[in-house]
Amino acid sequence: MQFDSFSDFIAMGGYGFYVWLSFGTCALILLGILLSSLNDTRRIMASVQQQAEREARIQQAKQEQQV
Amino acid sequence: MWKWLHPYAKAERAYQLCNTLLPYFAVITVVCMLVGWVWGLAYAPADYQQKDSYRIIFIHVPSAILSMGAYSSMAIAAVIALVWQLRNAELAVIAIAPVGACVTAIALITGAAWGKPMWGAWWVWDARLTSELILLFLYLGVLSLYHAFEDKKAAGRAASILAIVGVINLPIIHFSVEWWNTLHQGATITKFDTKAIDSSMFWPLMVNIVAFAGFVGTVTLMRLKNEILQREKHRPWVRQLLNRG
Repeated sequence: MQFDSFSDFIAMGGYGFYVWLSFGTCALILLGILLSSLNDTRRIMASVQQQAEREARIQQAKQEQQV
Repeated sequence: MWKWLHPYAKAERAYQLCNTLLPYFAVITVVCMLVGWVWGLAYAPADYQQKDSYRIIFIHVPSAILSMGAYSSMAIAAVIALVWQLRNAELAVIAIAPVGACVTAIALITGAAWGKPMWGAWWVWDARLTSELILLFLYLGVLSLYHAFEDKKAAGRAASILAIVGVINLPIIHFSVEWWNTLHQGATITKFDTKAIDSSMFWPLMVNIVAFAGFVGTVTLMRLKNEILQREKHRPWVRQLLNRG
Protein backbone atom coordinates (compact mmCIF):
# COMPACT_ATOMS: atom_id res chain seq x y z
CA MET A 1 0.00 0.00 0.00
CA GLN A 2 1.40 3.38 -1.04
CA PHE A 3 -0.77 5.47 1.29
CA ASP A 4 -0.65 5.78 5.07
CA SER A 5 -4.33 6.50 5.61
CA PHE A 6 -7.62 6.51 3.77
CA SER A 7 -7.66 10.31 3.61
CA ASP A 8 -4.20 10.20 2.05
CA PHE A 9 -5.55 7.78 -0.52
CA ILE A 10 -8.44 10.11 -1.35
CA ALA A 11 -6.12 13.13 -1.54
CA MET A 12 -3.76 11.40 -4.02
CA GLY A 13 -0.93 13.74 -3.03
CA GLY A 14 -2.98 16.81 -3.97
CA TYR A 15 -4.10 15.40 -7.34
CA GLY A 16 -7.24 13.80 -5.93
CA PHE A 17 -9.65 15.88 -7.99
CA TYR A 18 -8.07 14.91 -11.33
CA VAL A 19 -7.48 11.26 -10.47
CA TRP A 20 -11.00 10.70 -9.13
CA LEU A 21 -12.54 12.74 -11.94
CA SER A 22 -10.86 10.37 -14.42
CA PHE A 23 -11.73 7.15 -12.64
CA GLY A 24 -15.24 8.40 -11.87
CA THR A 25 -16.18 9.35 -15.44
CA CYS A 26 -14.54 6.17 -16.69
CA ALA A 27 -16.66 4.04 -14.33
CA LEU A 28 -19.80 5.99 -15.25
CA ILE A 29 -19.29 5.58 -19.00
CA LEU A 30 -18.46 1.86 -18.74
CA LEU A 31 -21.45 1.26 -16.49
CA GLY A 32 -23.65 3.34 -18.78
CA ILE A 33 -23.00 1.33 -21.94
CA LEU A 34 -23.21 -1.95 -20.01
CA LEU A 35 -26.62 -1.11 -18.53
CA SER A 36 -27.95 0.28 -21.80
CA SER A 37 -26.94 -2.94 -23.60
CA LEU A 38 -28.65 -5.04 -20.94
CA ASN A 39 -31.73 -2.86 -21.24
CA ASP A 40 -31.77 -3.34 -25.03
CA THR A 41 -31.85 -7.12 -24.57
CA ARG A 42 -34.75 -6.84 -22.16
CA ARG A 43 -36.65 -4.53 -24.52
CA ILE A 44 -36.14 -6.75 -27.57
CA MET A 45 -37.20 -9.92 -25.75
CA ALA A 46 -40.25 -8.12 -24.34
CA SER A 47 -41.36 -7.19 -27.85
CA VAL A 48 -40.81 -10.77 -29.03
CA GLN A 49 -42.96 -11.94 -26.11
CA GLN A 50 -45.65 -9.39 -26.95
CA GLN A 51 -45.74 -10.47 -30.59
CA ALA A 52 -46.00 -14.14 -29.59
CA GLU A 53 -48.91 -13.39 -27.26
CA ARG A 54 -50.64 -11.33 -29.92
CA GLU A 55 -50.39 -14.15 -32.44
CA ALA A 56 -51.74 -16.60 -29.87
CA ARG A 57 -54.73 -14.30 -29.27
CA ILE A 58 -55.42 -14.01 -32.99
CA GLN A 59 -55.21 -17.78 -33.31
CA GLN A 60 -57.67 -18.22 -30.48
CA ALA A 61 -60.12 -15.68 -31.88
CA LYS A 62 -60.08 -17.45 -35.25
CA GLN A 63 -60.85 -20.78 -33.64
CA GLU A 64 -63.73 -19.30 -31.65
CA GLN A 65 -65.22 -17.86 -34.81
CA GLN A 66 -65.16 -21.24 -36.50
CA VAL A 67 -67.05 -22.92 -33.67
CA MET B 1 -11.36 -23.90 -42.40
CA TRP B 2 -14.15 -22.52 -44.58
CA LYS B 3 -16.26 -25.56 -43.85
CA TRP B 4 -15.74 -24.99 -40.16
CA LEU B 5 -16.47 -21.25 -40.36
CA HIS B 6 -19.46 -21.47 -42.63
CA PRO B 7 -22.14 -22.39 -40.05
CA TYR B 8 -21.38 -19.18 -38.17
CA ALA B 9 -22.78 -17.23 -41.09
CA LYS B 10 -26.14 -18.44 -39.77
CA ALA B 11 -27.61 -16.06 -37.24
CA GLU B 12 -28.62 -18.73 -34.76
CA ARG B 13 -25.16 -20.30 -34.65
CA ALA B 14 -23.51 -16.91 -34.28
CA TYR B 15 -25.88 -16.13 -31.42
CA GLN B 16 -24.97 -19.38 -29.68
CA LEU B 17 -21.26 -18.69 -30.18
CA CYS B 18 -21.71 -15.27 -28.53
CA ASN B 19 -23.47 -16.97 -25.63
CA THR B 20 -20.64 -19.48 -25.20
CA LEU B 21 -17.92 -16.83 -25.27
CA LEU B 22 -19.68 -14.24 -23.08
CA PRO B 23 -19.05 -15.75 -19.61
CA TYR B 24 -15.29 -16.08 -20.27
CA PHE B 25 -15.01 -12.46 -21.35
CA ALA B 26 -17.14 -11.32 -18.43
CA VAL B 27 -15.05 -13.16 -15.83
CA ILE B 28 -11.76 -11.90 -17.29
CA THR B 29 -13.14 -8.34 -17.26
CA VAL B 30 -14.39 -8.40 -13.67
CA VAL B 31 -11.24 -10.02 -12.26
CA CYS B 32 -8.76 -7.88 -14.20
CA MET B 33 -10.63 -4.64 -13.60
CA LEU B 34 -10.81 -5.20 -9.85
CA VAL B 35 -7.15 -6.21 -9.62
CA GLY B 36 -6.01 -3.53 -12.06
CA TRP B 37 -7.80 -0.60 -10.42
CA VAL B 38 -6.80 -1.52 -6.85
CA TRP B 39 -3.21 -2.23 -7.91
CA GLY B 40 -2.95 0.93 -9.99
CA LEU B 41 -4.62 3.25 -7.47
CA ALA B 42 -3.25 1.96 -4.19
CA TYR B 43 -0.24 -0.32 -4.66
CA ALA B 44 1.78 0.92 -7.64
CA PRO B 45 4.50 3.38 -6.57
CA ALA B 46 4.06 7.10 -7.26
CA ASP B 47 5.93 8.60 -10.21
CA TYR B 48 9.08 10.55 -9.33
CA GLN B 49 8.00 13.54 -11.45
CA GLN B 50 4.23 13.43 -11.74
CA LYS B 51 3.62 11.97 -8.27
CA ASP B 52 0.15 10.45 -7.86
CA SER B 53 -1.40 12.24 -10.85
CA TYR B 54 0.20 9.68 -13.18
CA ARG B 55 -2.22 7.03 -11.85
CA ILE B 56 -4.60 8.22 -14.56
CA ILE B 57 -2.30 6.24 -16.91
CA PHE B 58 -3.97 3.02 -15.71
CA ILE B 59 -7.19 3.96 -17.49
CA HIS B 60 -5.94 6.48 -20.04
CA VAL B 61 -3.52 4.19 -21.88
CA PRO B 62 -5.80 1.11 -21.91
CA SER B 63 -8.75 3.13 -23.21
CA ALA B 64 -6.59 4.80 -25.87
CA ILE B 65 -5.17 1.44 -27.02
CA LEU B 66 -8.62 -0.12 -27.09
CA SER B 67 -10.09 2.86 -28.95
CA MET B 68 -7.74 1.96 -31.79
CA GLY B 69 -8.03 -1.79 -31.28
CA ALA B 70 -11.82 -1.64 -31.40
CA TYR B 71 -11.63 0.46 -34.56
CA SER B 72 -9.33 -2.10 -36.22
CA SER B 73 -11.74 -4.92 -35.34
CA MET B 74 -14.65 -2.86 -36.64
CA ALA B 75 -12.80 -2.23 -39.91
CA ILE B 76 -11.94 -5.95 -40.28
CA ALA B 77 -15.61 -6.80 -39.75
CA ALA B 78 -16.48 -4.14 -42.34
CA VAL B 79 -14.13 -5.70 -44.92
CA ILE B 80 -15.66 -9.13 -44.28
CA ALA B 81 -19.15 -7.64 -44.58
CA LEU B 82 -18.36 -6.02 -47.93
CA VAL B 83 -16.30 -8.80 -49.51
CA TRP B 84 -18.22 -11.89 -48.39
CA GLN B 85 -21.56 -10.17 -47.91
CA LEU B 86 -21.97 -11.68 -44.46
CA ARG B 87 -24.78 -10.02 -42.59
CA ASN B 88 -23.39 -11.04 -39.21
CA ALA B 89 -20.21 -9.10 -39.98
CA GLU B 90 -22.33 -6.04 -40.71
CA LEU B 91 -24.05 -6.48 -37.37
CA ALA B 92 -20.63 -6.79 -35.71
CA VAL B 93 -19.63 -3.39 -37.15
CA ILE B 94 -22.70 -1.84 -35.57
CA ALA B 95 -22.17 -3.75 -32.31
CA ILE B 96 -18.57 -2.53 -31.90
CA ALA B 97 -19.07 1.13 -32.87
CA PRO B 98 -20.84 2.39 -29.68
CA VAL B 99 -18.38 0.52 -27.44
CA GLY B 100 -15.47 2.01 -29.39
CA ALA B 101 -17.00 5.47 -29.10
CA CYS B 102 -17.24 5.01 -25.32
CA VAL B 103 -13.60 4.01 -24.83
CA THR B 104 -12.50 6.84 -27.14
CA ALA B 105 -14.50 9.28 -25.01
CA ILE B 106 -12.84 7.85 -21.89
CA ALA B 107 -9.39 8.28 -23.45
CA LEU B 108 -10.19 11.92 -24.26
CA ILE B 109 -11.74 12.76 -20.87
CA THR B 110 -9.00 11.09 -18.81
CA GLY B 111 -6.44 12.75 -21.06
CA ALA B 112 -7.99 16.14 -20.33
CA ALA B 113 -8.05 15.46 -16.59
CA TRP B 114 -4.38 14.49 -16.79
CA GLY B 115 -3.44 17.40 -19.04
CA LYS B 116 -4.83 20.04 -16.71
CA PRO B 117 -2.45 19.41 -13.76
CA MET B 118 0.55 18.46 -15.94
CA TRP B 119 0.35 20.81 -18.93
CA GLY B 120 -1.87 23.48 -17.41
CA ALA B 121 -4.63 23.04 -20.00
CA TRP B 122 -7.62 20.71 -20.33
CA TRP B 123 -7.27 20.68 -24.09
CA VAL B 124 -4.74 21.69 -26.71
CA TRP B 125 -5.21 21.36 -30.47
CA ASP B 126 -2.18 19.20 -30.99
CA ALA B 127 -1.79 16.27 -33.33
CA ARG B 128 -2.37 13.38 -30.92
CA LEU B 129 -5.42 14.90 -29.27
CA THR B 130 -6.99 16.12 -32.49
CA SER B 131 -6.56 12.80 -34.32
CA GLU B 132 -8.08 10.96 -31.34
CA LEU B 133 -11.03 13.37 -31.42
CA ILE B 134 -11.46 12.59 -35.12
CA LEU B 135 -11.55 8.89 -34.16
CA LEU B 136 -14.52 9.63 -31.90
CA PHE B 137 -16.27 11.44 -34.76
CA LEU B 138 -15.57 8.48 -37.06
CA TYR B 139 -17.28 6.11 -34.61
CA LEU B 140 -20.25 8.48 -34.34
CA GLY B 141 -20.25 8.88 -38.12
CA VAL B 142 -20.44 5.12 -38.69
CA LEU B 143 -23.33 4.88 -36.23
CA SER B 144 -25.32 7.80 -37.59
CA LEU B 145 -24.77 6.70 -41.18
CA TYR B 146 -26.13 3.27 -40.30
CA HIS B 147 -29.20 4.71 -38.61
CA ALA B 148 -29.82 7.22 -41.43
CA PHE B 149 -30.92 4.48 -43.84
CA GLU B 150 -34.31 2.83 -43.72
CA ASP B 151 -33.00 -0.08 -45.80
CA LYS B 152 -30.68 -1.94 -43.43
CA LYS B 153 -28.76 -3.60 -46.27
CA ALA B 154 -27.74 -0.28 -47.77
CA ALA B 155 -27.14 1.05 -44.25
CA GLY B 156 -24.71 -1.75 -43.44
CA ARG B 157 -22.84 -1.23 -46.70
CA ALA B 158 -22.50 2.53 -46.25
CA ALA B 159 -21.39 2.22 -42.61
CA SER B 160 -18.84 -0.46 -43.58
CA ILE B 161 -17.33 1.73 -46.28
CA LEU B 162 -16.95 4.66 -43.88
CA ALA B 163 -15.40 2.35 -41.27
CA ILE B 164 -12.80 1.17 -43.82
CA VAL B 165 -11.99 4.67 -45.08
CA GLY B 166 -11.48 5.81 -41.48
CA VAL B 167 -8.63 3.30 -40.98
CA ILE B 168 -6.33 5.98 -42.45
CA ASN B 169 -6.68 7.74 -39.08
CA LEU B 170 -5.10 4.89 -37.09
CA PRO B 171 -1.46 5.30 -38.27
CA ILE B 172 -1.94 9.06 -37.96
CA ILE B 173 -2.88 8.68 -34.28
CA HIS B 174 -0.06 6.25 -33.60
CA PHE B 175 2.73 8.21 -35.27
CA SER B 176 1.40 11.68 -34.47
CA VAL B 177 3.81 11.99 -31.53
CA GLU B 178 6.75 11.35 -33.86
CA TRP B 179 5.64 13.25 -36.96
CA TRP B 180 4.71 16.50 -35.29
CA ASN B 181 5.94 18.52 -32.35
CA THR B 182 3.49 17.79 -29.63
CA LEU B 183 2.83 18.26 -25.96
CA HIS B 184 1.81 14.63 -25.68
CA GLN B 185 4.57 12.33 -24.53
CA GLY B 186 5.99 9.71 -26.86
CA ALA B 187 5.37 5.99 -26.96
CA THR B 188 6.10 4.17 -23.72
CA ILE B 189 5.06 0.56 -23.61
CA THR B 190 5.64 -0.28 -27.28
CA LYS B 191 9.34 0.51 -26.84
CA PHE B 192 10.36 -2.69 -25.15
CA ASP B 193 14.10 -2.28 -25.62
CA THR B 194 14.48 1.13 -23.94
CA LYS B 195 12.69 0.24 -20.71
CA ALA B 196 10.72 3.47 -20.66
CA ILE B 197 8.47 2.22 -17.86
CA ASP B 198 9.40 0.36 -14.67
CA SER B 199 7.95 -3.11 -14.17
CA SER B 200 6.21 -2.01 -10.96
CA MET B 201 4.04 0.22 -13.17
CA PHE B 202 4.16 -1.90 -16.32
CA TRP B 203 2.37 -4.95 -14.89
CA PRO B 204 -0.62 -3.15 -13.35
CA LEU B 205 -0.92 -1.32 -16.67
CA MET B 206 -0.96 -4.64 -18.53
CA VAL B 207 -3.69 -5.98 -16.24
CA ASN B 208 -5.75 -2.87 -16.94
CA ILE B 209 -5.25 -3.23 -20.70
CA VAL B 210 -6.53 -6.82 -20.48
CA ALA B 211 -9.46 -5.56 -18.37
CA PHE B 212 -10.42 -2.96 -20.99
CA ALA B 213 -10.02 -5.48 -23.81
CA GLY B 214 -12.25 -7.85 -21.86
CA PHE B 215 -14.82 -5.14 -21.32
CA VAL B 216 -14.91 -4.18 -25.00
CA GLY B 217 -15.27 -7.89 -25.87
CA THR B 218 -18.03 -8.49 -23.33
CA VAL B 219 -20.19 -5.53 -24.30
CA THR B 220 -19.59 -6.09 -28.02
CA LEU B 221 -20.82 -9.68 -27.65
CA MET B 222 -23.88 -8.48 -25.73
CA ARG B 223 -24.65 -5.88 -28.38
CA LEU B 224 -24.04 -8.34 -31.21
CA LYS B 225 -26.55 -10.70 -29.59
CA ASN B 226 -29.02 -7.81 -29.43
CA GLU B 227 -28.48 -6.93 -33.09
CA ILE B 228 -28.99 -10.56 -34.14
CA LEU B 229 -32.18 -10.83 -32.04
CA GLN B 230 -33.50 -7.57 -33.44
CA ARG B 231 -33.00 -8.74 -37.03
CA GLU B 232 -34.30 -12.27 -36.42
CA LYS B 233 -37.21 -11.20 -34.23
CA HIS B 234 -39.82 -13.10 -36.23
CA ARG B 235 -37.88 -16.33 -36.61
CA PRO B 236 -38.99 -19.43 -34.69
CA TRP B 237 -35.61 -19.90 -32.97
CA VAL B 238 -35.97 -16.52 -31.26
CA ARG B 239 -39.47 -17.52 -30.09
CA GLN B 240 -38.01 -20.65 -28.56
CA LEU B 241 -35.66 -18.51 -26.47
CA LEU B 242 -38.75 -17.24 -24.61
CA ASN B 243 -39.65 -20.70 -23.37
CA ARG B 244 -36.14 -21.28 -22.12
CA GLY B 245 -36.51 -18.16 -20.01
